[in-house]
Amino acid sequence: MDIVALLVILVVLAAVVALVSAPLRGRAAQRVRADAEDRVAELEARKEAKYRELRDAEMDLRTGKLSQEDHRVLDRQLRAEAVEILKALDDARG
Amino acid sequence: MATVGRALLILALVVALYGVAASIYGAVRGRDEWIASGRRSVYAIAALVTGAFAILEIAFLRSDFSFATVASHSSTTTPTFYKGAAAWSSQEGSLLLWLWLLSLWSSLVLFATRNQLRRVAPYATAVLLGFAAFFAALLVFKETPFELRAVAPAEGNGLNPLLRHPSMMIHPPMLYSGYTLFTIPFAFAVGALITRQVGAADWIRATRRFALGAWLFLGIGILLGARWSYAELGWGGYWAWDPVENASLLPWLTGTAFIHSIMIQEKRGMLKIWNVSLILATGVLAILGTFLVRSGILDSIHAFGASTLGIPFVTLIGVLIAASIGLVVLRRSELRSENRLDSLLSREAIFLLNNLVLVAMAFVVFWGTFWPLIAEALTGTRRALGPPWFDKYTVPLAIVLVLLSGIGPVIAWRKATASNARRNFLLPAVAALALGAVLAAMGAAERPLALAMFVCGAFVVVSVGQEFWRGVGVRRAMTGENPLAALRSLVARNRRRYGGYLVHVGMALLFVGVAASTAFNDARDVRLAPGQSVRSGDYTFTYRQATSRISTRDGELEKISFGAVVDVSRDGRHVTTMRPERGYYPSRDVTGLGPVGRFFEGEATSEIGLDAGLRRDIWTAMTPDIRRLLPTIEQGDRVFAAAAGKLPAQLEGQALGAALKGIVDKYLSDRPQATFRVISSPLVTWIWIGSIVVFLGGLIALWPGPDAARRRVSARYAARVAEDLGRA
Repeated sequence: MDIVALLVILVVLAAVVALVSAPLRGRAAQRVRADAEDRVAELEARKEAKYRELRDAEMDLRTGKLSQEDHRVLDRQLRAEAVEILKALDDARG
Repeated sequence: MATVGRALLILALVVALYGVAASIYGAVRGRDEWIASGRRSVYAIAALVTGAFAILEIAFLRSDFSFATVASHSSTTTPTFYKGAAAWSSQEGSLLLWLWLLSLWSSLVLFATRNQLRRVAPYATAVLLGFAAFFAALLVFKETPFELRAVAPAEGNGLNPLLRHPSMMIHPPMLYSGYTLFTIPFAFAVGALITRQVGAADWIRATRRFALGAWLFLGIGILLGARWSYAELGWGGYWAWDPVENASLLPWLTGTAFIHSIMIQEKRGMLKIWNVSLILATGVLAILGTFLVRSGILDSIHAFGASTLGIPFVTLIGVLIAASIGLVVLRRSELRSENRLDSLLSREAIFLLNNLVLVAMAFVVFWGTFWPLIAEALTGTRRALGPPWFDKYTVPLAIVLVLLSGIGPVIAWRKATASNARRNFLLPAVAALALGAVLAAMGAAERPLALAMFVCGAFVVVSVGQEFWRGVGVRRAMTGENPLAALRSLVARNRRRYGGYLVHVGMALLFVGVAASTAFNDARDVRLAPGQSVRSGDYTFTYRQATSRISTRDGELEKISFGAVVDVSRDGRHVTTMRPERGYYPSRDVTGLGPVGRFFEGEATSEIGLDAGLRRDIWTAMTPDIRRLLPTIEQGDRVFAAAAGKLPAQLEGQALGAALKGIVDKYLSDRPQATFRVISSPLVTWIWIGSIVVFLGGLIALWPGPDAARRRVSARYAARVAEDLGRA
């Protein structure tokens, strides 16, 4: 093995060790409240999905896929579901 | 440099194994620093493999034949563009490409989710690193791209001439991007199952774009392969139900089902078991696809590998299947649906039906592809199923699929009433049936399945057109924008929906092209002498004269081509002149071959004649009859054998050139016969146009929406929901 190749390999090895071990060498990261944060993220996503459903229902009404009556029923149901999600979101955020 | 390349791969393997352990340890013990270290392992592997890949590429570009793989798959006469791409024509190079793409995509998703999914991501990281370790181990222990030859040959074997086509150079990276991108939702699904976080909000939201990207790249790869087959293989078709083609189609079909059905989980919290099962199956099929190309287990014109990788791949696939089934069974209670289907007349129901059709297609393709192995296990005899068997099942399924892709956009979520359905279906149905009646009167009724596809295709185009028209109308009524601005803002506000609609139109066009070109093409195989003609469809192909030429590159003979000038006419009027050719590349393996004969014993490729149009393609390929040249070739070999060592090298080269020139001239003076394949095929171009529309739609759906706009809309709806809450 030529010396240049050996040097290159050693430099790369050192760089990889530095990169991978950096989180272990530094001050131990403070443990985040992963579960609570994940719960909030999930509820946020559910809220976004529910709003998307509301927008889709409105678009369906305007483009004639839903009648006024069907839309009224669906919209009321979706809003009720959205309210439940907002309540859960408030609870999760404390 | 080979030493460095090999060291980088060994290091990548070690880092991958460490990363798996660090990620799992961090996840189990709740130690963020170990999780972060595991994630950084992925970044490190991306850097290491990028370095290894760069070393291999440089070796190919420099024609460094001390690398065994460069000597086997490139040569000094290989054009530079193809030298760069020749790396992945080899077994080891393609495995390195797989690992490289996997490491890049994995780094991207883990960087994007570094502050999300804290419980799921470490397990997903471990799965992705597990894949990386598997491929790194293959490259270190089985198929190393950095093997050196004791003595570097002066010239390499060259790139397989069949692969010297632009689409073939992009095709493998596209396919592999698709395969590797599908491992990302696979890995996050596994993480979600392990941690019981199986709601749509987490793993699906984080990886949805990667699944869509995988679908897009894999689709582009498949289409480029089809285009290569049509333009390069000399048989005039674009799809042959070859095992390797099928292997790429399988994950694409289940992936298509997945990107539809996750919308139901996102909106309704339904189909959780179905969705995780689909993406786990898609991930396994992506690995299976790689395995089929690389193992040579099934006979295929595209299988480039030997069987040395069979055991590791079969083991990996077995582990993946067992682990996937085990996880789904263990987590079945968490995977229960939150809602039920409200109505069979709803978009959810159509999506479900679409999923069933796609999975049925995947099952048919899987069964037909693996039938040779199944038959061998049962009867001891290997028997393959041909295109008629595949067509028998896939054509009706494809017709239903296209029909559903027209119904989906015009039916409401949750529940559509009969009167609304009538309003939305009337125009598309009437337009499609009217077109069907016209086409039937013109003779299309002779092919009822093709006619059904035309009717369904028209239904899709009109129903989606109606959706855009009404959507633009709503936008204009709301904002007063001009039609173009309204269309732009309509699409921009819901890229996923309208990008998806465009995909449906593209697929309809593509399937119409397939149906027309399959049902109504006229292909003839005929042997002609100069001056003779053959008819195909409305066209007359006349073999005017033979052609021949010698091509050189950098002073070296690249190939000898024998071709034909073919005039095409219709009703006595000249339409076009074509010049199909057969190119003969010299064999690099000269064992037992004479100096002249070796020029006719290597690979041969077809340069087709093609006149493509929106209505019809006219296509021809030819195979020259070189039997009358054989005595001359043998005589030349004898003369050069007798003179071996008696002439200076330069003089011998000149004499060889003169001999080949004499053979090429003799071919012309003999007025040789040739075998022609002539095809007149309608609407083939619409396959490629449809593909472009599909991928344009895919790009629109994939493109991220403006965050600010989303927030404003969300805020507005939040206010409305809060208002309702206040009233309640």
